[in-house]
Amino acid sequence: MSDIPQELKYTASHEWVRIEDDGTLTVGITEHAQALLGDMVFVELPDVGDDFEAEQDCAVLESVKAASDIYCPIEGQIVAVNEELEDAPEQINVNAYHEGWIFRIQPVNADHIDELMGPDEYAELVESESH
Amino acid sequence: MSKRIIEQNAETLIFELSDQNRRSSSLAPDIDINDACNNLPEHLQRKKKLQLPQVGELQVVRHYTRLSQKNFSIDTHFYPLGSCTMKYNPRVCNTQAQLAGFTSRHPMAHSSMSQGVMSCMFDLQNMLMEATGMKQVSLTPMAGAQGEFAGIAMIRAYHDHNKELQPDKEPERSEIIVPDAAHGTNPATAVMSGYKVKEIPTNDQGDIDIDALEKMIGPQTAGIMLTNPSTLGVFERKIKLIADMIHKAGGLLYYDGANLNAILGKVKPGDMGFDVIHMNLHKTFSTPHGGGGPGSGPIGVSERLQPFVPVPIVGRNEQGYYWITEKQLPLSIGRLSAWMGNVGILLRAYIYALLLGRNGMVRVADFATLNANYLLKRLMEADFEMAFPERRASNEFILTLRKEAKEYGTTAMDFAKRLLDYGYHAPTTYFPLLVPECFLIEPTETESRDDLDAFVETLIKIRDEAEQSPNLLKDAPFELPVRRLDDVKAARELDLNFYYSKC
Repeated sequence: MSDIPQELKYTASHEWVRIEDDGTLTVGITEHAQALLGDMVFVELPDVGDDFEAEQDCAVLESVKAASDIYCPIEGQIVAVNEELEDAPEQINVNAYHEGWIFRIQPVNADHIDELMGPDEYAELVESESH
Repeated sequence: MSKRIIEQNAETLIFELSDQNRRSSSLAPDIDINDACNNLPEHLQRKKKLQLPQVGELQVVRHYTRLSQKNFSIDTHFYPLGSCTMKYNPRVCNTQAQLAGFTSRHPMAHSSMSQGVMSCMFDLQNMLMEATGMKQVSLTPMAGAQGEFAGIAMIRAYHDHNKELQPDKEPERSEIIVPDAAHGTNPATAVMSGYKVKEIPTNDQGDIDIDALEKMIGPQTAGIMLTNPSTLGVFERKIKLIADMIHKAGGLLYYDGANLNAILGKVKPGDMGFDVIHMNLHKTFSTPHGGGGPGSGPIGVSERLQPFVPVPIVGRNEQGYYWITEKQLPLSIGRLSAWMGNVGILLRAYIYALLLGRNGMVRVADFATLNANYLLKRLMEADFEMAFPERRASNEFILTLRKEAKEYGTTAMDFAKRLLDYGYHAPTTYFPLLVPECFLIEPTETESRDDLDAFVETLIKIRDEAEQSPNLLKDAPFELPVRRLDDVKAARELDLNFYYSKC
């Protein structure tokens, strides 16, 4: 079973979401997703200040296998991006939940956070997709 | 098979073989080069010496012969690369297309002096129209990708024209629907043409999710791009319903001709309700495959799109063959190349189509699908897992190695690399993306049963190796000029040029 930290929220498209103390959300892809995609070679980040709707594609990850869109988990504005990924996209493979974070977003409506998946629900999703 | 590593010297670049004052004098032009150059106007003369490799004739011959011996080709090996249709191209298509009457004709030659080649192009247009059930074919696109672009550009031109005629009634159409399993070129083409892409999911049987489609279609729908049989290797069974739904909303249907082999002479995209189709002549009509060779991607259209086809196309009247241009088709999306496509390639397709005839085309589909289904059945009997075990294969099918990945830790990529050691080109790996650890296998109609059997036995043998000594797969290939390549380094530090200064 993949590593699914209990303290995070998740999306059906395999992003993880961490709620920060200042109310912003940090977003990356899960351990399960990075394992499926394989070695990262390129990351296209959004710009700070960009507005996105929930489920809108907002970044691109390119691995040796495929290029994949990253979907915004919630409506909001980008407040920070992990620029280190531009030179070291492999951080996503090495540590998807920490150094591999992709962007931070200020949600328009914090209530929408409740609509994200919990760790158990996400674990079920991963399990069902592997059958 | 025991682990055997052959140390092969990598072939050096021709530039690295260079040494000062080496010449191939028997091939050199018999003129005084200095004299010839001095006669050129000052501004056209090179200031620095041109840096070309200086090598003797025998060195050149040996270098390129050695390279050709490392080449992997359909002439030497089985090449089951799914969705690429690596079938055998009869030699005669090549030789006939190189008749002096064809190769010596200048593209600007007047049509009165080009009646021969124009008659071939006219017949090819008609044969492709007949095979696809479309109202008009244009041969001009220079490759499949350009054909795709032309197709969506015509859809755009059609909607723009309607909007111009009825600005109040006609909605703003901004979306193209593309299935999640589609070739990557489909969404890329839609975006290039200024459309937003809506991705439609596929159900567990490989068919399009009709409920999801229903919700997606609206006045904003410009069209849908489909491959049928799909990239999942199965026939889209609800195609008539899908066509009706799209047409009812005022949208158009685009047919990606990638898998035309499976239905050639059996079912026509025109009869399924498609408005535009592009054909990959290299897949279906035996022209050279990519990797730099000139391409060709003719398009066919329904009546709706007839006014918009790219020009020129060949027409015929009592006087003979003539060019149909913007003059007769003012709404045409225009020209895609200086002349009329890659004529040399179109000629190869024309000759192949003539060789096949109507019955031969049916046999292409018969054997493309028979070979794929035979391979699928045999691999299933050998306990390999199929992505869609209940579905019949088209000209290709998907095998998933997730069980082997889980149990032995050997991925589809490891299987693919090991296949190289046994003299097989690997099937398409990790496409379509929605099937884990997958191989997309397309044997094509030109392989014999013996060759298919041998491929099955090899896959079984590799699976045994995976169980007993997985490193044979993980460290493969052992027998090729180079071992496992560093994909990540290759992608991040692309280095394709030779620089003299680095010597």
